This record gives sequence, C-alpha cells and structure tokens, in this order.
Amino acid sequence: MKPNESKFELNGDYYSTRFEPSGSETGDTLILNMGPQHPSTHGVLRIVIELDGEYIKKAEPVLGYIHRMHEKMGEVKTYMQYLPNMGRVDYLHALAWNWAYVGAVEKLTGIEVPQRAEYIRVITCELNRICSHLLWWGAYLLDLGAFTPILYAFVDREKIMDILQIVTGSRLTYCYYRFGGVSADITDEFINQTKEFLTDFKTRIPMYHDLVTGNMILRGRCEDIGILSVETAKQYGATGPVLRGSGIAYDVRKVEPYSVYDKFDFKIPVGQNGDAMDRYDVRIAEISESIKIIEQALESLPDGYHINPNLPDRIMPPKGEVYYAVEGARGKIGIYIISDGTAKPYRLKLRAPGFSNLHLFAELSQGTLLSDAVSILGSLDLVIPEIDR
Amino acid sequence: MINFLYNFLSIPLVHIIVALVAILAFIGLNGVVLVYMERKVAGFIQRRPGPYEVGPQGLLQPVADALKLLGKQLTSPMGADKILFWSAPIISFAPVVVCFLPIPFGPSQNSTGMELNLGLLLVLAFSGINVFALCMTGWGSNNKYSLLGAARAVSQSVAYEIPLLLAVLSIAFQTGSLNLSEIVSSQQGVIHWNIFMQPLAFIIYFISATAETNRAPFDLPEAESELTAGFHTEYSGMTFGLFFLAEYAYMIVVCSVATALFLGGWDGPFFDGFWWFLFKVYSLMLVLMWFRWTYPRVRFDQLLNICWKWLIPLSVLNLILTAFFYKTGTLKC
Repeated sequence: MKPNESKFELNGDYYSTRFEPSGSETGDTLILNMGPQHPSTHGVLRIVIELDGEYIKKAEPVLGYIHRMHEKMGEVKTYMQYLPNMGRVDYLHALAWNWAYVGAVEKLTGIEVPQRAEYIRVITCELNRICSHLLWWGAYLLDLGAFTPILYAFVDREKIMDILQIVTGSRLTYCYYRFGGVSADITDEFINQTKEFLTDFKTRIPMYHDLVTGNMILRGRCEDIGILSVETAKQYGATGPVLRGSGIAYDVRKVEPYSVYDKFDFKIPVGQNGDAMDRYDVRIAEISESIKIIEQALESLPDGYHINPNLPDRIMPPKGEVYYAVEGARGKIGIYIISDGTAKPYRLKLRAPGFSNLHLFAELSQGTLLSDAVSILGSLDLVIPEIDR
Repeated sequence: MINFLYNFLSIPLVHIIVALVAILAFIGLNGVVLVYMERKVAGFIQRRPGPYEVGPQGLLQPVADALKLLGKQLTSPMGADKILFWSAPIISFAPVVVCFLPIPFGPSQNSTGMELNLGLLLVLAFSGINVFALCMTGWGSNNKYSLLGAARAVSQSVAYEIPLLLAVLSIAFQTGSLNLSEIVSSQQGVIHWNIFMQPLAFIIYFISATAETNRAPFDLPEAESELTAGFHTEYSGMTFGLFFLAEYAYMIVVCSVATALFLGGWDGPFFDGFWWFLFKVYSLMLVLMWFRWTYPRVRFDQLLNICWKWLIPLSVLNLILTAFFYKTGTLKC
C-alpha cells in the first residue's frame, strides 16, 4: 500500500460485520447504517438497522463516537477541577449535572448549603429545564418534518439563556454551582427579567398548543407510536418523561425530595398509553410545572448568604462513598463517588438517564416504519454526549 | 424587417425553438425569483428576516447560491452506475421544458409556445418522466438512502397521478377539450371560473400536485430527517442544482395548469392577461410554500392512505357527477 493511499473496508466495520440480521420470510433485507452522521440522531449516535422494505426488523445502537472519558477524568482531577466537566456531560440541562455533582460532594464532605443558595439553585435549574424542553420540542418537530416550530421555541429559549447569562456568565455549558452554594448571588435584574419572562411565556404556551399540538399530521405521527409498557420501562431502567409518559409518577423531586423541593407545590404530569404523544404531553406539561416552581421560589426567596462562608480551603472528603440523585430534564441523574480521603475521587460513576432510555429504542422500533423510528428516537429525547460520557 | 421577422417566427420549427429558448429563460428567471421568495416566505413564517446581506434586501442571494453550486466539484460515489448517475439530473430537468409549451401565458396567440389539441395530455405525460429520473438516481447512486428515496418517489407518483388525472379529466369533460387555450377561453369572467363549478376537483388537483412535486408535507422522497436527502443524497454542485431547478420548474408547471384549468388563466380586469396569469401562479406558489413551512411531514402509509382511501374515491365520484350533470344536460357549458 502506498503511503497516502487509504484503504476502505467496503464490507463495513466491526459493528456492521458482526451485526446478526434476524432475517425475514422473503430473506431479503437491507442493512442500513443510520449515523454517526445523520440529521435525526442529533449528534453522533449510530444505529445499525435491518430493513425489510421500510419496516425495521432489528435495530442496534452503536455508542462511543463521542466518548470523552469523563469518568476517568474524575479520577485524575481534584473535586473542584472536575466541576466544569459537569456542564459538558449533558449540555442541555447542564445545571442539573452541576447540582448532582456538588450535591454528592456536599453530602460526602458534610458541607452545609445556605437556604438562599438552595432557592437560587431551584430557580436556575428549573429555568434550565424549560430551556431543555423547549429545545427538545423544536428538535422533535424538526424530526417530524416541521421546520418552523424550532424557531418559535428559540425565541423563548434565547430569553432564558440571556437571563441565565446574567448570573452564570455562560449561555450553554454552565458551571454555576459551587460546593456549599452558588458562585454568584442573583441580582434584581435577574429577578425582574425572570418575572417578566414568565408572565410573557405563560401566554405563549397556549400558542404552542394552537400551532402544533392539535395538528392532525402531528397526532398521526405520534399517537400509538412507540408504545412503552410499564414492564419494559422498568426493565430498562427508564426514567424521566419517558417513564412518566407510561403512567408512573416517578420524579426524584417528589419521591426522594432533595434540596428544598418539598416546600413547593407542583404536580408530576403523567401519560396514559406510553406512546410518543404522551411523552410529548408530559414534557409540555412539565414546562408549566417548572414555571409554578420558579414563581413560588421567587416569592419565598430568603435572604442570607449565597454560598457557605465557612468552606474549607480544600475539598477533602473523608473515606467513604456517596450516591446523590437529582431529576434532570431527561430523567434521573445519579452521581456515585468513592473517596479514599485524598483530594481526588478514587472512582466516580455517572448515571446518565439517556443511556437507559436509548436502549429502549431497539425494543420500541422493532416492526415499525423508518419514519416511526425517527419519531420514537426523537420522543426519547437523547443527548449523545451524556450517553457516551 | 418586422414583417420578415414575423414571417420567420411563424415557421413552426422556428417558433418552437424560440419558444423553448424563451421557456428556458423563463424557468431560470423564475428559479431565481422563487429561491428568493421561498427564503423570504420561510423567514416571514419563522419570524426572522430571511436573506438580507447579499445585495439590497438580500436580492442577490439566489445569484450567490447559484454561483456556489456552479463552483462546486461534481463527484460520484464509489461503485455508482456512471451512466445512470450522470444522466438522471438531465432527464429530470429536460422534460419540464416541454411541459411549458402548451401553456397559454396570455390572451395573444404568441404567448402560447405551441397550440396543441392535446396540450393537457402533453403536460401530464412529460411531467411523468420525472419519476423515471428519480428511479435512476436511486439505482445509480449506490446509496441506500437514495434507493429508499427512489422507491418512495415511485410509489408516491404512481398513486397520486390517478387522482390528479381524474380531477383534470372532469374539467376536460366539462369543457369538452384538452386544449389549454380553449379551456381558458371557455371561462371568461370570474363567475365562470371552473373553481366555482368544480371546487372538489380543484382541491383534489392541488393536493395531488403537491404530492407530485414532492413538496412538504408530502416530501417523502427527500425526507431529510429520515433519508438525509433522499434520492439526491449523492449529488453535488450543479447536478444537485438541476434537481433543485427541476423541482421549482415542476411547481410552476402544476401551478400554471391549475391556473389555466381552474382559475380562468389570463382572465382578469384592468391589467394585461399575462400579469394576471403570473399573479395567479405566484399566489398558488405562495400556498405551496405556506404548506411547506407550516406542516409536519406525513408518514408513508398515511400518504398512500390519503390517496387511495380519500382522493381517488372522491375524484371518481366527482367525475361521475360531472358526467351525469353535463351529459344529461342539467348544466350547460
């Protein structure tokens, strides 16, 4: 082989050559690699699909295209140095990952968090959740072929990002929470803008419903598509709106309340059939619930420190292990840390909700049309960097 | 001199050649206008300005787009069937030029490329050739997405040609002619426009035409969230440009035919007939664009269900009713 000559393996790589087709009666199936570059996988997910005509016989997700060794990085960095990584795991709900990590370290080290900081965390995290759901809404409809809604969603998302920028200083990969509080206190400007935005946004949600939710074509593409039974959801460890769409009201904020979530009055929206439309409805309803939480938090915002003033100079948790879970936009985010008493974790494990939810796709897409598979994949709301970590 | 030119033009062969050249210019010019219009309409619907950097109000944007396409390298994938691959864009674009020949753009004799007694049939026949080109891209590209896109295109076109033909047929029944100029001249005055006589036929025709031209919400052969770019996945530069131009040209054809059949063609007060014709065509184009930027895409089985379960029975019913009323003499042409 000449030096500059690259060799293509036309028969496929490891995953496609070892893919076991399930075959069909006619014995005539097509193996299609959807991804790693494909418009509807939203990132570098790859799915090896066996097609019989347009019907999917078997689908197998292939992971690892954006594996960045976040867990290994946790072992070589100090607790503080690792904090910015959390904004990059799930860039759409970065603050929930921030929270899960600082929560775990606080629990392990025994750092107290001032009440005001807890409230600020609730407000910013819920704003970020709305942001994430809005992006999902737009992107999902884009998958279904409607180009316009994402730009409507971005009008509101842009406002949230502007608001969060005031206190966090960044627009996407936030690193705002600190051990024992948050990095900066919220300002009057932030509070006023948030209130203004919420009043405005509440009038826009009915508009979203008018424009999109009732559309006949949309309902045809979502209803009775990708029905997820409760048993399957439990088997795969599905969480978040995917699980709640199937009718189980499991939300970490309610079932094992962390921080100050037990002080707020909000509902956990659930679906009935577990189809893509239910997952859609659940997410839209969650936006309204998040608005309620933010409003209550803004009303009862206590005075005090935004960060614990008596922090140790160096975060050095005692020997031991800890698990801390929060509710992210995509489901249960869990962080498991084993400490050996040094300044770096001995082992750090990230439980990404998308990882469990993704594997439902192989099950749900079986026997559906290719277009339905795109709809199912979209309705699971996957963020690939979070899955690969 | 003018007399000589006029005589020269009236030689049939010369007339056709001049008409074809004029049509090519018309398609090119309209392509430029429509690209700009599509992007501005999309911008308006999506609450953003659309193109406005290149030239005043972004007017030169389509020119920049075209130059970009022209400047790109033409590539063909490994293992592609070269003959099919390279001839497909031409076969997609060429027939559409013929489709413009029998369309009456205005009241005068010279504004029709060629008077044909079977003009309507010619348009329908030549617009059907496009499917053949899509079929060739699907096979020639050596790409699975293209293959799936082509398979979709063929079954979609075959299905939607039936209601389209049936809807057109009811107009032919009513007028008793397949000559587009005659059909237009039979509906002088707004009251006599066929859309008021045959509203159902118009709706069926327009839906089928949307599907025939692969426009959203029926753009399944190029559904980019499923098939990346469908049948033209592997095409770059001007080969893609030809498909693109052909799509717009077919849109103009179906809208022109709709105008001639249902909206009275060049009929209208105050202005010259030609401007009325253009105005009506562009209004219909606007509706097509409006569809595209508003609706999600339908699924393939839903698409075929709409056709076989709704449009075909309705168009057959419409045809039977038309035949009944006109032939029994309840209604007079």
